Amino acid sequence: MNYEFHWNVVFQKMPELLQGAFVTLHVSVLSMVLGIVIAVFLAIAKMNNKPPFNYMASTWIEIARNTPALFQIYMAYFGLGAFGIHLSPYMAVLCALVFINAGYLAETFRGGFQSIPDAQYNASKSLGMTNFQTYRYIILPQMFRRIYHPMTNQFVWAILMSSLGILVGMNELSGETQRFQSLSFRTLEFFMVTAVLYYIITKFVLLSAALISKRLFRGEI
Amino acid sequence: MIKVQNVRKSFGDLEVLKGIDLEVQKGEVLSVIGGSGSGKSTLLYCINAIEKIQGGKIFVDDIDVHAKATNKDKLRQKLGMVFQQWNSFPHMTVLENVALGPQVVKKIAKEEAIEIARKELEHVGLGDKFDVYPTKMSGGQQQRLAIARALAMKPDYMLFDEVTSALDPELVGEVLDTLRLLREDGMTMICVTHEIAFAREVSDQVAFFNQGVIDEIGRPEQVISNPQKETTQSFLSKVLS
Amino acid sequence: MGGLFTPLSWNDTGFILTGIMNTILISGVSIFIGTALGVMVGFARAESNKVVNFCLGSVLDVLRSVPLIIQLILFSTFMGVMGSPLPPFVAGTIVLSLYTMAFMGEVFRGGFESVQNSMIVASRSLGMTYWQTIRYVRFPIGLRSVFPAWLGVALSVIKDSALVSVIGFMELLRTSEQLISRTQQPLEILIGVGIFYFLISYPLSLYGRRVERKNAA
Repeated sequence: MNYEFHWNVVFQKMPELLQGAFVTLHVSVLSMVLGIVIAVFLAIAKMNNKPPFNYMASTWIEIARNTPALFQIYMAYFGLGAFGIHLSPYMAVLCALVFINAGYLAETFRGGFQSIPDAQYNASKSLGMTNFQTYRYIILPQMFRRIYHPMTNQFVWAILMSSLGILVGMNELSGETQRFQSLSFRTLEFFMVTAVLYYIITKFVLLSAALISKRLFRGEI
Repeated sequence: MIKVQNVRKSFGDLEVLKGIDLEVQKGEVLSVIGGSGSGKSTLLYCINAIEKIQGGKIFVDDIDVHAKATNKDKLRQKLGMVFQQWNSFPHMTVLENVALGPQVVKKIAKEEAIEIARKELEHVGLGDKFDVYPTKMSGGQQQRLAIARALAMKPDYMLFDEVTSALDPELVGEVLDTLRLLREDGMTMICVTHEIAFAREVSDQVAFFNQGVIDEIGRPEQVISNPQKETTQSFLSKVLS
Repeated sequence: MGGLFTPLSWNDTGFILTGIMNTILISGVSIFIGTALGVMVGFARAESNKVVNFCLGSVLDVLRSVPLIIQLILFSTFMGVMGSPLPPFVAGTIVLSLYTMAFMGEVFRGGFESVQNSMIVASRSLGMTYWQTIRYVRFPIGLRSVFPAWLGVALSVIKDSALVSVIGFMELLRTSEQLISRTQQPLEILIGVGIFYFLISYPLSLYGRRVERKNAA
């Protein structure tokens, strides 16, 4: 092996890379928050079975689940230009991730909701609880436990997929890495460090999620 | 008093209750027996307003259960219900399961609600299980938990829907003992049950359901020991053999 | 005509078809290799002791925790600087296969572990050897139960194969990218690409859901 590693260039750019990592987290968190809000509406629309909203929800969900993330990002970045809408790289990636997150999470929510037996609802009502109280104390807490793990996975997925920002020149971790390696030609070193950073970020997220779930959920489902 | 007058109930085209009449006085125990699909459990769900009815009337203490103006959540506070599949809330401890109703529905202060829950749990023999999660307990224990949960609301009536049917045989006794305890306390109860011997022992009235109608109703000595109708006789000979 | 940009025409059909074929090819090959490796890895993880399991698990964990696009760039750059650059198809297939393996491994491990011990005891009591038990009991039962999950991973690999474009492989999305820069008709071309993926993925996902429901019932 006659390749000489030069790590100094990379470490000099560490603050910028960490800044990029921050943007990665930023866009992923935002895409989850917005995705969750939309997913709630999509799931309700689909479960309510009232046209045209159920068809609109199904269309959204199926397109999000059955086309590549890169396609969504290109659509947001290049495709919307045909309508005179020009999004910044950040907005394009955010929109694509929100679109996909919402589609997947809607199905997660629907499945979680339907997995709570009717009997739990009846038992709660038989105690004299109102519908609101039943959802507040019985249905939603149990549902939340069941969707917690899939939601964590979706979050990790969003972090990993935000790396596609590299292809539209976004300033998140991958995009920044791309920019610096092209200035220094230390491609291998830069991307190795970036890979490690992604690994640390996802491990950190998963570990935190596990700790939180331990504190949040006692008992079993 | 619970009054059921000519109640009809259908699921789609299937009529499961075809004009049911009965009355349960304060302090009385009514047992409902009959084959599966005879509509016994549906009647309990209708009394509790969990299911709507298509005809007739049900009164609980002179409140018309199915009238539009009736506040059904309020009404259900009078009626405790225990289900075949116990339906404990798996995300709460035993104590939280029981304290939830008083605290949330009756707006009783937390400490007081927990005190009520402790008393009811000790009453049904679960005094050592306060901080356990229900899924860690046996079916019999979960069923007694469900009874305590209903009792904590201080209901005037208790509805039992085949509470021993899903239990392993060796666990049936502990739940029936709990029901006997309630009987001694003077609780008004409607028990849908397959335990014929138990029904004979504790009931003031026994009703035999057959395909959505009451074929026979009366004192247990009469309906169970000396049935008049052929359908009752054939049912009893099958379950008692 | 004769300007800088020329609109989409029938002459581009062959070009697009090549892209489609390449997408199908690299997805198919990667799913095949990834599945084969995944079965082995999954079985090894279900069977082996803690140490092996930990080592194997850590490698798979890294493959699942680093974005595919970074893995692709890293691997092809690495082979380049080592003095033996690989053609995009080969490099892409290797990375995509290993990536597939990482997910398939977990799928199959779950499948093998779901085979009840009583069945294994029963087959051993019939006088089957260890390997016969694996061949006739654990594999068939374990493999069948994971089909919906396997299909889910396979579908995501088809979609993720679009990323191989970044190391220069002429799959569908990259061909369309080039068409876009020539024709300046991004919307039409992208929608066409989207429809292609959708037509492959949607029916299969419906089928997967049906099987899943049937298994659950």
